[in-house]
Amino acid sequence: MAEITLDGITKVFADGQEAVKDIDLEIGDGEFMILVGPSGCGKSTALRMIAGLEDITDGEVKIGGEVVNGRAPKDRDVAMVFQNYALYPHMTVRENMGFALKLAGVDQEEIDRKVEGAAATLDLTQHLDRRPANLSGGQRQRVAMGRAIVRDPKAFLMDEPLSNLDAKLRVQMRTEVAKLQSRLETTTVYVTHDQTEAMTLGDRVAVMRAGALQQVGTPADLYDNPRNLFVAGFIGSPSMNFMPAEIEGGRVRLPIGEAELSEEVRGHRDGPVIAGLRPESFEDAELVGGLAEERGIVFEAEIDLVESLGSDLYAYFHVQAEGIESDQLADVVADSIEETGATDVREGEQQMVARLDPASKIKRRDTAKLWADTSKLHLFEPESGESLAAATGEAVA
Amino acid sequence: MERGGREYTLWSIGILVVLIFALIPVLWLASLSLKPTDAVADGRFIPSEISFENYESLFEGGIDDSPFIKPLINSILIALTTTVISIVLASFAAYAIARLEFPGKRVILAGALAIAMFPPISTVGPLFDMWRTLGLYDTYPGLIIPYLTFSLPLAIYALVAFFREIPWELEQAAQVDGATPFQAFRKVIVPLAAPGMFTAAILVFIFAWNDFLFAISLTSSDASRTVPAALAFFTGESSFTEPTGSIAAAAVVVTVPIIIFVLFFQRRIVAGLTAGAVKG
Repeated sequence: MAEITLDGITKVFADGQEAVKDIDLEIGDGEFMILVGPSGCGKSTALRMIAGLEDITDGEVKIGGEVVNGRAPKDRDVAMVFQNYALYPHMTVRENMGFALKLAGVDQEEIDRKVEGAAATLDLTQHLDRRPANLSGGQRQRVAMGRAIVRDPKAFLMDEPLSNLDAKLRVQMRTEVAKLQSRLETTTVYVTHDQTEAMTLGDRVAVMRAGALQQVGTPADLYDNPRNLFVAGFIGSPSMNFMPAEIEGGRVRLPIGEAELSEEVRGHRDGPVIAGLRPESFEDAELVGGLAEERGIVFEAEIDLVESLGSDLYAYFHVQAEGIESDQLADVVADSIEETGATDVREGEQQMVARLDPASKIKRRDTAKLWADTSKLHLFEPESGESLAAATGEAVA
Repeated sequence: MERGGREYTLWSIGILVVLIFALIPVLWLASLSLKPTDAVADGRFIPSEISFENYESLFEGGIDDSPFIKPLINSILIALTTTVISIVLASFAAYAIARLEFPGKRVILAGALAIAMFPPISTVGPLFDMWRTLGLYDTYPGLIIPYLTFSLPLAIYALVAFFREIPWELEQAAQVDGATPFQAFRKVIVPLAAPGMFTAAILVFIFAWNDFLFAISLTSSDASRTVPAALAFFTGESSFTEPTGSIAAAAVVVTVPIIIFVLFFQRRIVAGLTAGAVKG
């Protein structure tokens, strides 16, 4: 049990690549902290620096208040779960789980007791004498977890532990990991590229991009108050819709209409901005009462596609607008292309998605009336990608 | 099914041809070794009369007088020592080459390859002179050192390939689990690389066991002469008889340890390969 402090840690590889840039992060005792970001953002490197598997170029890592920079992994008292589990194939499950205790010189009786305790927790008791090769993916994953928990270490470090499982098992194991962590109350740092995992598991989430920390906060905080375009685009699924906009005299002009600026950004100078609206901030105008219409825009859009999931209805439409140029959004798009292999960008149009009430009668190729809740509008600086709300907030503070 | 059957037949015929090609000389040798001296030249494949006199002559006179026992002991000790030293050194070297980036890594690999390709005959002359000066001539180290020189590159190459196959995460997992780098090597990497180590061990052992060139050039007495060299000094019962029968018997005897060695390690290799997949 211990808190972990990252104080300006930086990692520069031998080839000059700067994988982790000056990260400051405080992880409280017993906290479940998620490091999330697209592949190559340095999150795994940061985790491996905490574990001691990568040298720290600059900065300090403290575990339980002690600086551990110079210590070998074995002297840091942390347990790690690897993406491919890294189970020792020549050992049985029992030996795998007891390996660390055996190295530590714990006597055999104690090892057996602890291993059996952990096996019972993870439902592995009947597999204790099998070898990893004879286990299913989910069982191997549990052995990897078991190997970490028998040691009762200061912290768990998990490097995408669920990404080798199929989708169904992943959701199931996600719940188990969350339960396990909340029961053991061991400080946990969990790396993932999956924003759903990040949102559902963590007490707090740290979003990384290109080696730098973008924002740290509770899942709800990241979702509601993204500090910049990258966080706004990365967190949430389907992701936030973006469109170019213009601020003029306390009002913001969007491709779908005009709206009042919210109070917190009212004093902002005139000029171009990027506006973002989450899919659930749209609704079928037919279903919105007249009262709600006052704080939003009603506009017409041609619906390209409708996906009904039963509980929700996703309507895809486009608005006429110039493309948005932003490195941060490009990173988000690159990441989603990597995962889905598809991109839906067309010249001069901005693709949008709305999450509507399933009672909506909107159909494909309709020209439908949609309502946008402009009180939920997020506005960003086009160049820096910073949220106007965050910028103004900081200026006031 | 039919195609599978035909394939099976073709394979069987092919294997049979190879087996006959490889085994006939061995059987011929065994046949020769079992013939009494006067029947050696009768040209029959199956001996008309089986006699063990050739084998008896090999071991006659005990360790002091037998022309064969001392060389056999020399062969076993020299080949085993070479194998053990070679595998230990090669596994350290191969591990470093597979895992670490260090200056001179390419030079080491290229050097090892160059040595492996070097014709041994061109080193024999200088070695003869050097060993006589250094007092290594006709000693065990005098043979073990050149054997190591030529077997190490082979073993290093075989082991590097094996070590590279082992995911680095396993070792890192061991380190996080509290192992020192050497413990991680000994308890995780070595057991997993065991099949590779046994393969390399077989190759090195066979190389050292079969060598004739160094053995004949760098020894002068039974103090360190190995079997292949000793065979060349066999004499018949009188100066007019060819020692064919006893050479054949000795050749059969020296084949046995190799067969045992290979069969023993082959079991280990198969066991190692099926011990468990690594990836999840």
